[in-house]
Amino acid sequence: MLEQVALIVAALLVLIGAFFGLFAAIGLWRLPDIYTRMHSASKAGTLGSGLLLIALAVHAGDTSTVLRAAAGVIFFLLTAPISAHLLAKAAYAVGYPLTGESVRDEMKK
Amino acid sequence: MDAQAFLDWSVQIALVLLSISFLMTIGRVIVGPTLPDRVLALDLLVAAAIGFIAVLGIKTGFTLYIDIAIALGLVGFLATVAFARFILSRGMREDGTPACEPLTAEQSAKLSATNASSLVSPAEPVAMPKMGDHADA
Repeated sequence: MLEQVALIVAALLVLIGAFFGLFAAIGLWRLPDIYTRMHSASKAGTLGSGLLLIALAVHAGDTSTVLRAAAGVIFFLLTAPISAHLLAKAAYAVGYPLTGESVRDEMKK
Repeated sequence: MDAQAFLDWSVQIALVLLSISFLMTIGRVIVGPTLPDRVLALDLLVAAAIGFIAVLGIKTGFTLYIDIAIALGLVGFLATVAFARFILSRGMREDGTPACEPLTAEQSAKLSATNASSLVSPAEPVAMPKMGDHADA
């Protein structure tokens, strides 16, 4: 019984994670400039791969796999915001323009 | 439908969705239009590859793939940081427009101290356009 529940939970996590991965890629095409695309890539992309790693941990169930998957998720959650922030800061410092639909630029001097 | 069949079906669907996601992301790498867009798409490509590895681990039961996923995450992070530094130190955009307003005086001094200053033509007028003026660029 418990194995069945673990399989169903893993299957649902796989489905949700894959959909988030797809939504991140769709966002890369739908959003107008680099600063808005960063939302889709760094949030939805991280959530998608994190959910897929958690699904692998639920499916495998042995301690070493669970620990390694958790290490991967934590590492990814730590590094994704840093790299996205660095990239946005570099793009803004060099002067890549915001989309014309932007209503506010708080870093403007 | 029993649970194992549901999991197998989900894994197949997930592989299809992640493949579509791969293709769309690669399209953004090719189309651009700017360097940060391409770097961001490469970053997302690494995230999608990690998810793909996790799905393959469920499908084949070969969990050694997780180590590869962790190593890939590390490489992707370092690559994005290096590219961000490159964008910053290159100091200009694709159209050759030099870096303008948002650089602070301290940053500009640091930039001109390095060889990055050679990218900025000395013939450029001192009063460079503010960033908001580039909204149509």
